[in-house]
This record gives sequence, C-alpha cells and structure tokens, in this order.
Amino acid sequence: MSGAAYSIQTRDLSLWYGDFQALKGVTLDIEHGLITALIGPSGCGKTTLLRSFNRINERYGNVTTQGEIRILGQDILAPDVSLIELRKAVGMVFQRPNPLPISVYENVVFGLRVHTPKSQLKKADLDEAVEKALREVSLWDDLKDKLHAKATSLQLDQQQKLCIARLLPLKPEVILMDEPCSALDVEATLAIEDLMLTLAGRYTMLIVTHNMAQARRVSHACTFMLMGQVVEHGRTEDLFLTPQDARTADYIEGRFG
Amino acid sequence: MFQATPFTQRKRRTEQLAKAILVLMTLCLVIPLVLIVGYLVIQAAPILSWDFLTSNPIRGMRAGGIWSPLLGTLYLVVISLVIATPIGVLAAVFLNEYARESWFTRAVNLAVVNLAGVPSIVHALFGLGAFVLFAHLGKSILAASLTLAIMTMPVIIASTKEALAAVPLAFREACWNVGATRWQTIRHVVLPNSISGILTGIILQVSRAAGETAPIMFTGAVFFKAIEEGNVFAYGLFDQCMTLSMHLFTISTQVPDVPHALPYGTAVVLLGTVLLVNTLAIGLRIYLRSRKKW
Ligand SMILES: Nc1ncnc2c1ncn2[C@@H]1O[C@H](COP(=O)(O)OP(=O)(O)OP(=O)(O)O)[C@@H](O)[C@H]1O
Ligand SMILES: [Mg+2]
Repeated sequence: MSGAAYSIQTRDLSLWYGDFQALKGVTLDIEHGLITALIGPSGCGKTTLLRSFNRINERYGNVTTQGEIRILGQDILAPDVSLIELRKAVGMVFQRPNPLPISVYENVVFGLRVHTPKSQLKKADLDEAVEKALREVSLWDDLKDKLHAKATSLQLDQQQKLCIARLLPLKPEVILMDEPCSALDVEATLAIEDLMLTLAGRYTMLIVTHNMAQARRVSHACTFMLMGQVVEHGRTEDLFLTPQDARTADYIEGRFG
Repeated sequence: MFQATPFTQRKRRTEQLAKAILVLMTLCLVIPLVLIVGYLVIQAAPILSWDFLTSNPIRGMRAGGIWSPLLGTLYLVVISLVIATPIGVLAAVFLNEYARESWFTRAVNLAVVNLAGVPSIVHALFGLGAFVLFAHLGKSILAASLTLAIMTMPVIIASTKEALAAVPLAFREACWNVGATRWQTIRHVVLPNSISGILTGIILQVSRAAGETAPIMFTGAVFFKAIEEGNVFAYGLFDQCMTLSMHLFTISTQVPDVPHALPYGTAVVLLGTVLLVNTLAIGLRIYLRSRKKW
C-alpha cells in the first residue's frame, strides 16, 4: 500500500463551518514520503485543510464536507471508514506543544494504551516502544533518565519533539504539523526541522508555516493557498524561483499576507 | 537620576492605599468568622462531650444529646449526594463534552442555571408534591434526600461544567489526534484534570444539604424522634428523621426553658459535621492529585 506515489489526494474538496465556506474546491496530490509545506495568509484555510485529513474538523463544530479525500488510495469520507484507525494513521502536531500533563513515558505510550486492551499490554513492549520512539526523535539520550518526569516540565522544543514521538508508536503514515515551530526559538526551530528531514521518507509530512525561509529549507513540495483555494502547488524550488501565479509571487515576496 | 517624580510618588501612594484596603477587606471577612466560631465554641463548651453526640435528646429536648438529629443529617447529606453526584456529574459531562450546540442544549443549560437559583422553599413544595404525595414515598428520609438532591443537582451540574470547561482544548486535541474516542478522552484526560474542581463544587453542596431546613421540613424531617443510641443504622430509608438544622431551629425558638448551651452545642456540631465532610473531600482531592493518573 505504501508503494503508492501519492499519500493524500483531494478532489474538489469543499468544507463549510455552518454557512461559512472555508475550503473551495481543493484538488491536491501530496506525494508519498515527502515534506510538503502549506503556505498562505492567515485565515486562508491551511489549518482547516490539515484537519480534514484526519477528519478531526468534525470535533470542532458544525462541519460539512463535500468532494473526495483519499489517503493511501482509500476514500476517508466513505461511511465505513473508522475514524479511530484513520487518526492512528494520520497524526497531528500543534502550534503550541501539547504534551499531556503526565510523565514522558506515559505520553509516548498513550496511543498504545488507548488502542490496545489492557491485557495485551506488556511492560517490555511498552518500554521498547518508548525507547524506539524517543530515539527516532533523538530525545532518548536527553530523556532516558527522566522518563518519569512530568512531560510539561520539559523545555519547549523537547515537548514538541515528544509530541511527534507520541504519534510514532501507532506507526502513522502521515504526520500533519500546524505551525510546529512558531512557539519555538531559532535553535529549537532548526532542531525540529532537522528532525523532520530525518523522518522524511518514512512518513509523509505536511507542515503549515508562515515562515517562507522555513518552507524553503525544509520542504520538498509546496502549496500556496488563498481564501480557501489552492492557487499553486509544485516543487518547492520551482514555486519559490518561478511561481506561475502572480499572487504566489506577491505572497512569497512579502507583498501581502 | 532615578529620583521619584511627583507622578510616581502619587502612584506609590495609590498602590499603598490599595494594598491597605485589600488587607482591611480580608480582615473584615476573617475576623467575624473567627469571632463567630470562637463565640459558638465558648458558649457550647460546657455541654460538648462524646455523650452529647451519642445520646438522644430527652425531657422535651431540654436535655440529653443530639444523636438522632446528627445521624439524620448524615443520612440526608450522604444519600442526597449519592443521588445527585453521579447524575449531576454525568449530565455535565454530556452537556460539555458531547452535546452539540442546539435549541435542546440551550434549553437544558438555561434550565440548569435557573434551577440553581430557585429558592429552597420551592424545591420543598416540589419534593412534597413529587416524592411524598405522587410517588407515595410519604414523609421519609428517601423523599427528603431526593428533594435535597433535586436542589443540589443543578449547582453540581453548573460547577462541574465549569471545571470541565477549564481543561485546555490542547489536551483534548492531543487525545483526539491519536485516535482516542470521546469517552477515552474524558476518562484519561478530561476527568483527571478537572476532578479537583468537580469535587470542590460537590463539597460546597454538602454544606448546603446539611444546612437547609425548608426542603426537608415538608418531606421527611420531624420535630422529635428517639432512635437506638450508638447504632449508625438506626434509621431506615422510609423512616422520618430529625436533623441538626431543624433541631437547632426548634430548640432555639419553639421550646421554652432550653439550657443556654444546648443550641450552641448543636450549632457547633452542625458546623463540625460540615467541616469534617469538607476535610475528607479535600483529603480525597489531594490524594487524587498526587497520583500520576487520576
Ligand atoms: N471551528 C470553526 N468554526 C467556524 N469558522 C472557523 C472555524 N475554524 C476556522 N474557521 C474559519 O475558517 C477560516 C479558515 O481558518 P483556518 O484556521 O483554517 O485558517 P489558517 O489558514 O489556518 O489561518 P492561520 O494562519 O491564522 O492559522 C477562517 O476564516 C476561520 O475564521
Ligand atoms: Mg492555522
């Protein structure tokens, strides 16, 4: 399944919050294993688009969706889709790191606990999952002696990495990141970007960012959105060097947004 | 350099004044409380003893102890909370976590707010009509407890909702995005992080249930009833009972020639009961908070 060229495909996707249309006919192909940056001015629907990929939008209010979203070829708006399985496969990282107010260890195994009956959870498996996930986000060396410290007492960048690590034991296909660095300082931002690059290939990543330099540094493909529509999508270098649409050019040069 | 200008001096004076007023207000609150409690205890001192707690009132309530009202109050408080807490907390969880904004939830929320403000005498009449007469429970501990439960429930719902709403959305998002169901989110994240607020709301209702006279007067309380001393199961659900609040009212206003210390003793015990229950609940809260999960 993961051999497919595209991890996420949308066809003519529209979304309404009540009467307000936040996405208008979005058609997009997100390539497998790449980092795709989502850019656009505030309120253009980046978060909304991201949230519709694991259908978490539906938890935020009165949402109507039209069109098609395929993840790994599967239509996720189909009635027989289990939201639980979908959200295991498509995890999300937020603007402000949001570790749960429990220990580092419990944060990492939280997903496993939620999805496995208690009788099947073995301490050894959990320990292994924690080490594996923390190694993947290069936190293991820093935290291996602090596994039982409260996650909320960590530094912000460690918290954000932990939030990424929390998704990994569930073996996600796609990781959605909504401005994951906007609460972090420069160094921490670079650390998260490094981490993203090492995770690329194994996971398909989508990152919303307001930072053009970050989009250029970290992404392979880039999507520019405006007022609920996708204006342009392409390889990051192409989009930044030779934008096809005048509005894209204006935005990336900072003339608005 | 660094000299205070007239403006900064004025600001400093205002600051000092504000602080003085705030301290004064706090004292205004604390001193009467200390005085009242101190006065009560001093007046009650001659009569307070273990015997006072564990023996029935005798000689037309002019002597003896307060065993039967004390036990009656405990019954009413415990039973009414056992009824009101689960229903109230679960209703609040539903309203806050599951219910979508609709005319129905708006109506329920409005009803809750209004019910929380209804005077207790109205609850008393409702209890009389619904439980004593319609449900044929008669004047009984059960009918009185149900009435108290009806009275405390809206407040428990309101305070629980507030405690739940104070749990940051970010915690819920973290849960949802690893595929947790709403119930798992509530069970693992929302309740553990709001339990102390929820308990605080319930604790406050303990004092209310113990102190109210009106709702139980028509539904289950009697002026006088002697029960077996020292037996905590002396009341049955369908018995009528004495209560501290009503006993206090009776001996201070209805019975002549009551020894001076007796009403004060009763008041101190009422106060002590409420304090005891509150202390237990606070202990429980600290215990729950100290555990990693829950
Ligand atoms: N739960 C909601 N209910 C109603 N309208 C919403 C909701 N969430 C977002 N919107 C609206 O939908 C539009 C798109 O919002 P969205 O959060 O997706 O924008 P964004 O591109 O992520 O903006 P930002 O860069 O500020 O994060 C905005 O106009 C917003 O007001
Ligand atoms: Mg956003």
